[in-house]
Amino acid sequence: MYKIAVMGDWDSIYGFGALGFETFPVTDPRSAEKILRDLAEKQTAVIYVTEALAKQIDRTIASYASRPLPAIILIPGASGNTGEGMLAVKRSVEQAVGSDIVFGS
Amino acid sequence: MAASHVNPTRMELTRQKKKLQTALKGHKLLKDKRDELMRRFLELVREDKALREEVEEEIKMANMSFVLAGSQMSKEAVSVAFMAPKQEVTVDVSTKNVMSVDIPVFETSFRGSSEGDFYPYGFAFTSADLDCGVEKLSLLLPKLIRLAESEKSCQLMAAEIEKTRRRVNALEHVLIPETQENIRYITMKLDENERSSQVRLMKVKDMMLEEAHHYKEKRDALPLKDQ
Repeated sequence: MYKIAVMGDWDSIYGFGALGFETFPVTDPRSAEKILRDLAEKQTAVIYVTEALAKQIDRTIASYASRPLPAIILIPGASGNTGEGMLAVKRSVEQAVGSDIVFGS
Repeated sequence: MAASHVNPTRMELTRQKKKLQTALKGHKLLKDKRDELMRRFLELVREDKALREEVEEEIKMANMSFVLAGSQMSKEAVSVAFMAPKQEVTVDVSTKNVMSVDIPVFETSFRGSSEGDFYPYGFAFTSADLDCGVEKLSLLLPKLIRLAESEKSCQLMAAEIEKTRRRVNALEHVLIPETQENIRYITMKLDENERSSQVRLMKVKDMMLEEAHHYKEKRDALPLKDQ
């Protein structure tokens, strides 16, 4: 049985608590990295991270890209959509195809 | 020259020919794998993109409700409202094999609440916008899970495609030409050896005939007899 976790600033994520996700309100990149690593080791299948936070810990997130679990998914926070999540999809297209052919320039 | 380090022997030639055959077969297979992976990947990525757009839009709407709620209630009150969630979500993870990539399949199961009753608080002291936001998120849940699934699959497949592409290129541009070059080199060297031994044999034959029949002496002697 795996769990689902949400990380980010409190305003963006507290609503997910009602769905039964585990919420981890965190804004400091250092402690966020630690939480992320802990979650990855524990039984967590999906970790939603707000875009604003993800930008600060992108290296740690990238290190989990090639592992089957956990899936780290970026979501927009309360302060707005930074486009970081789309960028991640775009990057994987570039990695696979060599150039971006889905999003157009 | 790349071929300079192979031994020009028949055994090596057979070995190189076998190597070339395997490389060609592997190249073809990997190329097929790459093409099929690419097709699936593009399909998935388009779906993922559409899904992400939808999810982002809906999260934005939910967040708007939460911000509104936050303006009407104190942070403490909201905290208290969400203190004890009624519902718990767990996922079962199985994997599906797509062209040798294990992509995850998530299956959610809920525990604790009856259908539609997931509000962890009473409605008396909370803002209606809060209910609105929570409802939006809960409707979004299946899509969120689906997004996680397809996005992870995209990441894994992208990595696999990159790996396969490198292998195809390495075979196509390095290993196969090198082996062909080796084969050419060995064949030429063997032909050369063949010719040189042929010439040597002819030469030896001449010498042996000379030894046996003394043609030269007889020819030298002949004109003397005539005179």
